[in-house]
Amino acid sequence: MKLQEFTKGIVKKNAVFALALGLCPTLAITTSVENALGMSLAVAFVLIFSNLIISAVRGFVPQKVRIPCFIVIIASLVTIIDLFMHGYSPTLYKRLGIFLPLIVVNCIILGRAEAFASKRSVFDTLLDAAGISVGFALAIILVSVIRELLGSGKIVVLGHEIVPAFISSPAAAMILPPGAFLTIGILLALLRRAGVA
Amino acid sequence: MHKMENLLSIAIGAILINNIVLTKFLGLCPFFGVSTRMRNAATMGFAVIFVMTASSILTWLIYECLLIPLHIEYMRIVTFILLIASFVQLVEMFIRKTSPELHRAFGIYLPLITTNCAILGVALINTTVEGYSLPAATVNGVATGIGFLLALILMAGIRERLELADPPRTFSGLPLAFVSAALLALAFQGFSGMAI
Repeated sequence: MKLQEFTKGIVKKNAVFALALGLCPTLAITTSVENALGMSLAVAFVLIFSNLIISAVRGFVPQKVRIPCFIVIIASLVTIIDLFMHGYSPTLYKRLGIFLPLIVVNCIILGRAEAFASKRSVFDTLLDAAGISVGFALAIILVSVIRELLGSGKIVVLGHEIVPAFISSPAAAMILPPGAFLTIGILLALLRRAGVA
Repeated sequence: MHKMENLLSIAIGAILINNIVLTKFLGLCPFFGVSTRMRNAATMGFAVIFVMTASSILTWLIYECLLIPLHIEYMRIVTFILLIASFVQLVEMFIRKTSPELHRAFGIYLPLITTNCAILGVALINTTVEGYSLPAATVNGVATGIGFLLALILMAGIRERLELADPPRTFSGLPLAFVSAALLALAFQGFSGMAI
């Protein structure tokens, strides 16, 4: 069943909660929902296109030099999204900071390239990469919703108040580093309790 | 004299105030992956200090002497990652030939360091974010490595104790490690705002 290649990445093999990969951006940029949306789009772009290219060239790349080749492909795509965001969304670019170029060392992307894209057809790879991207996006959006809600008392996306201010004195620690570790720790425990992770 | 103070403040800042793991969230994979045993944590920490220092110097030189004169700063991501990966590979080959003992101790950690985002992160901070001079970039590389070692050793100490504890089953393992890291990060928040 082909559709399974897509759905497995969302819950069962969720990159963040089930495999504990890509933790750095999950903790660092989830201070607001807007950052998380920007990051998940950037990661989805790099993940899908790099894995498509890797799957397409898998016949020509010698086995011994495959990892450096994968890294160059990924790094070129990261450069593209880096320049694109710099040009079209300077504020988001500034807020994501070095985590945008650091997508290149995000272990989700190289992990999928090595485990899936380098062995399977282009179409299967597209489904797999899209599923993993959706799973990653859901995970970091979930974390960022919790942190922004408790840490600043409201959720603002692109200037619109999605959730109006309802806490008069929010717990600022939630948008500081300790809040990130705490949120993920408790989420992991809850998901394990629910039998998901 | 002024310059020495500046370097000192970079060092203290990188070790304590802006600890790479606990406030900047870089290098989390080894932080959680290699912190179950104190011995492994210390070995990993020292390997990171070495690679981070050398890669800070190398990437600074390449950026200032090659990328800027040629006006191809946008190539920094590709160049840095290839430089770091080949440097780590070279070091691995070198110690395998010269010291099999050292290779047994560090061998498996070196390839892991290539994908450690802290190494590339520091290279980017040195060149594009802060625009440090060569001495400052070197000091930042060493100090960030020491900060990583400190965080890793503290975490390993906590996790060795936690093994003897009896937590709820849902929390055992990674969730508990995250909650412990939260408390550790909270403690490190005490350094924020410190000025030298």
